[in-house]
Amino acid sequence: MSLVLIAEQVLNGLQFGVMLFLMAAGLSLIFGVMGLINLAHGSLYMIGAFCAAAVAGATGSFVLALMAALAGAAVAGALVEVLVIRRLYNKDHLDQVLATFALILIFSEGTRWLFGSFPLYLNVPDILSGPVTLPGGIQYPLYRLVLIGAGLAVAGGLFWLISKTRIGIQIRAGENDREMIAALGVDIGRLYTLVFALGAALAGLAGALVGAIQSVQVGMGEPVLILAFVVIVIGGIGSIKGAFLGALLVGLTNTLGGIFLPEALKLMIEPAAATSIGASLASMAIYILMAVVLVLKPTGLFGARA
Amino acid sequence: MLKSLAAAVSGLALLTGAAIADPVKVGMITTLSGGGAGLGIDVRDGFMLAVKQAGNEDLEVVIEDDQRKPDVAVQLADEMIQSEKVDVLTGIIWSNLAMAVVPAATAQGKFYLSPNAGPSQLAGKGCHPNYFNVAWQNDNLHEAAGAYAKETGYNNSFILAPNYPAGKDALTGYKRFYDGEPAGEIYTKLGQTDYAAELAQIRASDADSIFFFLPGGMGISFLKQLADSGIDLPVVGPAFSFDQGILQAVGDAALGVKNTSQWNKDIDNPANKAFVESFKAEYGRLPSLYASQGFDTANLLLSAMSKADVKDADAFRAALKEADFNSTRGNFAFGNNHHPVQDIFVREVIKEDDVYTNKIIATAMSDHADAYAAECNM
Repeated sequence: MSLVLIAEQVLNGLQFGVMLFLMAAGLSLIFGVMGLINLAHGSLYMIGAFCAAAVAGATGSFVLALMAALAGAAVAGALVEVLVIRRLYNKDHLDQVLATFALILIFSEGTRWLFGSFPLYLNVPDILSGPVTLPGGIQYPLYRLVLIGAGLAVAGGLFWLISKTRIGIQIRAGENDREMIAALGVDIGRLYTLVFALGAALAGLAGALVGAIQSVQVGMGEPVLILAFVVIVIGGIGSIKGAFLGALLVGLTNTLGGIFLPEALKLMIEPAAATSIGASLASMAIYILMAVVLVLKPTGLFGARA
Repeated sequence: MLKSLAAAVSGLALLTGAAIADPVKVGMITTLSGGGAGLGIDVRDGFMLAVKQAGNEDLEVVIEDDQRKPDVAVQLADEMIQSEKVDVLTGIIWSNLAMAVVPAATAQGKFYLSPNAGPSQLAGKGCHPNYFNVAWQNDNLHEAAGAYAKETGYNNSFILAPNYPAGKDALTGYKRFYDGEPAGEIYTKLGQTDYAAELAQIRASDADSIFFFLPGGMGISFLKQLADSGIDLPVVGPAFSFDQGILQAVGDAALGVKNTSQWNKDIDNPANKAFVESFKAEYGRLPSLYASQGFDTANLLLSAMSKADVKDADAFRAALKEADFNSTRGNFAFGNNHHPVQDIFVREVIKEDDVYTNKIIATAMSDHADAYAAECNM
């Protein structure tokens, strides 16, 4: 196994990680600030991808497609918050899970009704397609590098928003004590809608960015949602820093585990069995990681509460 | 006067016809929602098109959505057998669902006609007189891909498939007719959508070709990422990743890929021509191989209904076994294990009037049966 291959796999893990972060950040914020378990977050990811595919199909512009994804998901998020989620804040988690699960079904079948059952076409813009050669002779797709850059930029922007701005202060205060900031005259209802729309927009952006190299289809959000939940459990609920670190950990474990576990097993047992057992172990790797983190730090890496 | 007399006579004929043959009730369990819905919808539409064209009033079809979940499929099958009292079951797309439903249904004396899934377990020792597969045994298209690779001179393929029973059947099938050791063999996660890690391994290997079985969205992702990775190797695969439903979503990345299929819209026979035309007219899209399988399944059933009464199981079984219908594939016969013996073609993905589709370029295997037939005792 060459160094080039390992470096390339690390880049892949990093790229997967930053995209997971976009999903997990919104999920974590929503859980942290409102105490709401939002299973429909994956649907917002799907909405982003479908908006992007529809606009890219109509206009041919990838930039417009991304803007449509952000706007579409944010609007959908805000609408859902105002119409449905708002009634759930005082309910227990089981009611929230039931209601947001219903939203998944509604969004999925609604999307099928609008766009049909067959996957849509969304591709990498020509200017970003194809591989580039990195120092050390690594050939790597340019678009994936752009994804890493875009993910890191959004992460930076989010840190700035949370730590340096007035809105950020209100969000952090909301996580700590929502009655108190309501008493201080902050319009808590508007803050909640805003946080929800922000989380939704991030999910939509991730859906559109990833949709260009994967398939835009109904149900594309749910597998990512499960991983995003693993990320926020590892990182600690409500913490952006935790979500970032958790996402990178999950991304790297998932990618590198899939490659190196079968290889490592081949040193011990025969290749055919090693391939099959290694693949199965690799699928478990991130859940094992989650279990280990929870045993050592029950609140997650940066979580304030369990 | 003459007209109304004729109407009365034909009405009487219908009545007596209905009195002789018992009506046949078909339960269709297929995937109509969720990620894999495109396949189930095509099977259903193909099936119902044949039913509509036949206009046979003795045939009643109940359709339910299994949501691609084995537990739901089992529950629906129980409901159809016990309360709907269906005679024939059909429709299941996925092998794991078929394994959950088919053995129990055939054990209760129901007929099962598979329009898609063909797990090896049901073709060999687990074969059953009441189970007929109208599509293929799971290994078949992969075997043809292996045979094509051998003929083309590839002997160092990098092969990958999802880690589930049909994925294992796929790689086994490919290797059965392919010559040489694979350059690499990977089982990916079922439902995986990012193949960067696998592509890096392919790039690092010295493979001369790529064989993959990644149905539905998995294949779309893989092909797009392969095109973007700059890896320039010939690709071979079964038709499932290149069917009419998903080619439009893959776009240029699929052009020129060779894939193996038992059906294509350009197979030259009257039944197929009529099928493609009427499917386009009815649904406004080109049919996929799944639609052709649904269409053939319904026509097989209709052919048996015209020969025997479904309540006489032995006669009905014999009528099904004859496969006396005009298949869209041309040649079609059942082997001893009630799986198809048929030709499998090599297709190439082309662009035709702005629509991505396939054209046949060669025959990979003629009158091909499956590797498990010998293990079936019935």
